[in-house]
Amino acid sequence: MDDLNQIKFAKTHEWIAPDGTVGISDHAQKEITDVVFIELPQTGKTVSQESEAGTIESVKAAFPIYAPVSGQVVAVNQDLSQDPSLVNQSPYGKGWIFKLKIADSNELNSLMTHSQYQEFLKSSEPVH
Amino acid sequence: MQFISNTSQEKKEILETIGVNRLEDLFANIPRDSLFSPKINGVLRKGISEMEVSRELQSLADKNRTVAQIPSFLGAGAYHHFVPAAVPALISRGEFLTAYTPYQPEASQGTLQATFEFQTMISELYGMDVANASLYDGASALTEAALLAVRETGRRKILVSRTVHPEYRQTLKTYGKSLNIREIPFLNGTTSLDSLEKELDDQTACVILQTPNFFGSLEEGEKIGAMTHAAGSLLIVSSNPISLGILKSPGNYGADIATGEGQPLGISLNYGGPYLGLFSCKERYLRKIPGRIAGMTKDRDGQRGFVLTLQTREQHIRREKATSNICTNEALMALAATIYLSLLGPKGLEEVALLNLKNAHILADKISQAPGFELAFTSPFFNECVVRSAQDPYQIQDHLSHKGIIGGFPLDKFYPDLSDCTLYCATEMNTEKEIESLVAALKQFHG
Amino acid sequence: MDKRVPLIFEQTVSGRRGTTFPSSGISVSDAKNLIPEQFLRTGGDEVSLSSFRKEPALLAEVSEPDVVRHYTRLSQLNFSADTHFYPLGSCTMKHNPKINEKISSLPGFTHAHPYQPDEQIQGTLEFLWQLEKMLCELTGMDAFSLHPAAGAQGELVGLLCCRNYFDFLGEKRSTVIVPDSAHGTNPASAALAGYSVIPVPSNKRGRIDKDALRKSLNKDVALVMITCPNTLGLFEDEIQEIAEIVHACGALLYMDGANFNALVALAEPAKLGFDMMHLNLHKTFSVPHGGGGPGAGPVGVRKNLEKFLPDSRIVKEGEKFRTVPESSQSIGQVRSFFGNTGALLRAYAYILSLGHDGLKSVSENAILNANYLLKNLKGNFKPYVDEPCMHECVLSASESAKDGIKTLDIVKRLLDYGFYAPTIYFPLIVPEAMMIEPTETESKKTLDAFTEAMRAILQESKQSPETVKLAPHTTPVRRLDEVTAARNPILRWKRHG
Repeated sequence: MDDLNQIKFAKTHEWIAPDGTVGISDHAQKEITDVVFIELPQTGKTVSQESEAGTIESVKAAFPIYAPVSGQVVAVNQDLSQDPSLVNQSPYGKGWIFKLKIADSNELNSLMTHSQYQEFLKSSEPVH
Repeated sequence: MQFISNTSQEKKEILETIGVNRLEDLFANIPRDSLFSPKINGVLRKGISEMEVSRELQSLADKNRTVAQIPSFLGAGAYHHFVPAAVPALISRGEFLTAYTPYQPEASQGTLQATFEFQTMISELYGMDVANASLYDGASALTEAALLAVRETGRRKILVSRTVHPEYRQTLKTYGKSLNIREIPFLNGTTSLDSLEKELDDQTACVILQTPNFFGSLEEGEKIGAMTHAAGSLLIVSSNPISLGILKSPGNYGADIATGEGQPLGISLNYGGPYLGLFSCKERYLRKIPGRIAGMTKDRDGQRGFVLTLQTREQHIRREKATSNICTNEALMALAATIYLSLLGPKGLEEVALLNLKNAHILADKISQAPGFELAFTSPFFNECVVRSAQDPYQIQDHLSHKGIIGGFPLDKFYPDLSDCTLYCATEMNTEKEIESLVAALKQFHG
Repeated sequence: MDKRVPLIFEQTVSGRRGTTFPSSGISVSDAKNLIPEQFLRTGGDEVSLSSFRKEPALLAEVSEPDVVRHYTRLSQLNFSADTHFYPLGSCTMKHNPKINEKISSLPGFTHAHPYQPDEQIQGTLEFLWQLEKMLCELTGMDAFSLHPAAGAQGELVGLLCCRNYFDFLGEKRSTVIVPDSAHGTNPASAALAGYSVIPVPSNKRGRIDKDALRKSLNKDVALVMITCPNTLGLFEDEIQEIAEIVHACGALLYMDGANFNALVALAEPAKLGFDMMHLNLHKTFSVPHGGGGPGAGPVGVRKNLEKFLPDSRIVKEGEKFRTVPESSQSIGQVRSFFGNTGALLRAYAYILSLGHDGLKSVSENAILNANYLLKNLKGNFKPYVDEPCMHECVLSASESAKDGIKTLDIVKRLLDYGFYAPTIYFPLIVPEAMMIEPTETESKKTLDAFTEAMRAILQESKQSPETVKLAPHTTPVRRLDEVTAARNPILRWKRHG
């Protein structure tokens, strides 16, 4: 995802691209530190906005990954099972986590743009 | 006897430094009406010297008549085996005995490396990919295995054979109160395959088997494994580790999770504990394993070292979402098993298994020649067998007790349908002479 | 130089033996005369399974001298209470008296089979009966179950008793309240028992926020679980009032007794208002931790809850002791057999040695020592609440963290000074937390040396921060890569590679 202005952010630090690709923000991966394991959702699973779709783990902590919008999981990033550090190296690119078939694109309007997210980070607590 | 190092002078200095006049000032916020006071005629007395403690407890120990003094034919999930002297000698080293869970790995490499060796031995023995650092006992290992199967499959029906240790099944029921636990009856001492077939369906999370089972009989692991997997369920097998010196390992017939009671591996009977829960499984369940796990890694100089790993499954991180609530393992007992298995090696384990097999078969032969006694089942067995008697098993037990023999386990307690049966065990500890005196005593009772 | 101790498997020499047995006169191939070949490792041809093998399990082939030297060397890589000051908060790493080890290895006790008839094991039943009564007297509870294998299992037993109690009353209650400062096993056990968990926050004084608790309480709450003293090392000084609030809404009050070392023979939990509790015999009652177990976690309850306790209780009839069969309302069993009797015996010997007078000096001196450390260190590390503590104190290293030195770095450096680390990053509500529990058995001299080490490390943090950040330097291994261990777990040794 080269253009961060194309993607939307949730308050829980996930991002979603117009095509439904989901990952976690650069800020979140820094807070989590070294990612050691990601529990991916099953392909085909239906998730609703803000529900838990997976888990991301560091050595000392585990964080839920929430679905930024409702939809059906159509793909998961299998490369992460081999190399979870992709999330640290490339949170907006090779470190994507799963892809949703977006159920209602109106839900995207409830999310933040990149600049809004940056403002949000300045005014809020760290992830943990 | 107290174990306080500070002298009254030092305590005075401490109080002065803290800046309070009296010790009591430090806990003045404890309500007065809740303070402890010794009870009149209570069991708590004033402290006594080491010499008196020693004398008092020796005399209590002398009131017991145990397998240390008289021949025993009791098994039923806890076994009297030979423990090489090096096992207690090494596990009682203070550095092992008085260390805590290895939270600081750099200062706990001894416990961690031994745990890693233990995990290797247990996964090897059970023919599985990985093992954890141990659970409380055979019952907790089996129960945690069932809970893993429920999490893994999303199904809530558990099939457990009635030939599984009754106390393990009871533990499973306590933990799995919200689950649909169904017991599969037995036929001729082993799980009824027909009944199993009827109960197995696409809601079944797992089939739980013990082999050698509670009756000592060997289960048809291969057939049951195939049936279980055809239903998309997990096969959980509990096995006596000693038997694996000669028997096929659970991995050989496709178990997904293999568990066991590790007590036979160099651990004293101790009236039921502490024992050792063995837990091993296929690699694909790695991140769902309950309890602690040691892993190999490198230090900052590139040197090999060991750490507790995959801790995010555990309660101190996941809290109410944790894989299980188990916090401690039985590290010292795992160490005993590791040392025991190192001393025996593959050959020694085979030898001890053969001795058990042979002695139990001598026992079975001789008992069934006594009038009024016969084997209840014809199924093959390892080191225990069920004997049906014309006389009441409890009366026989009493009679043997008077003769200075600890008899078998009357099955009535757990199997009212086998109230005329007793479970007899022979291990490498039973000499042929002991077996002969048992049979002679039984004959006397009959006649 | 390669300092590592080879794995036992790496020392294998084919044919070496550590123990032999009398000959059985039969071989594995003869065994098929006794049991069908299909059950034997050597029989069958199920080669389609990848794990199938006919060879014996891969165990080491080593001699007794090999084994003794190997495990002795491994033991020497450990810090332990016998060898080092071990101020691990909430774990009560006190001296474990050697008499307990002698007693617990008497063959009269170690060789008692769990299914022996009662009349053959009167000695064992007698001490177990006595121990239950002693724990009752110390806590004010009416009955104890000695069954649970560990503290977390004790919690589960308490929760299940609570569930049966409300079932018995015909009340449906589905939630359990746990303070945010509690140990993680509390919510984990509650979830396992089928309850949903509601956290309550702590107030500025480090105690349960009474108003928040009041708001959370309703007819759906079954149990409130409180660690007392709490994990900040503070006595819940409003506990009796809390008990009233909890009881007024029909709920029960549970005490996590992990920190009972501060209260033993000093205060009785029943008089504080608790309905049930567990004790960690491997903490307060000197059972050695063994590198992570075995422990024992007996559960005590008031009279109205006794009938729900797990099976296998012991009664005294005349001069005889007898195990009683299960009660129909019991929660059943949470493990096999009676309990961790070997651990229970050590606790019994300990209580016998100390007596109520000695146990009182345990709690008093534990409190004294902890306050001494608190006083010594609070100029350097900020206490979460600045008032006298109970048996442990919680300090924050957040000031040092500003210079990039984390709590983890400080305690790793402590290892170089010959001290084990305090518990760190717990309780979760304290940033850069260090939870320090000296126990009653440590001397002023040791505590002074520890204080000096802590201050020296603070100095180093300023003068040579890298020394601290790269610590430890003197341990058998340097700081270990936990990230790689978790990313690519290697959990066993393999024959090839």
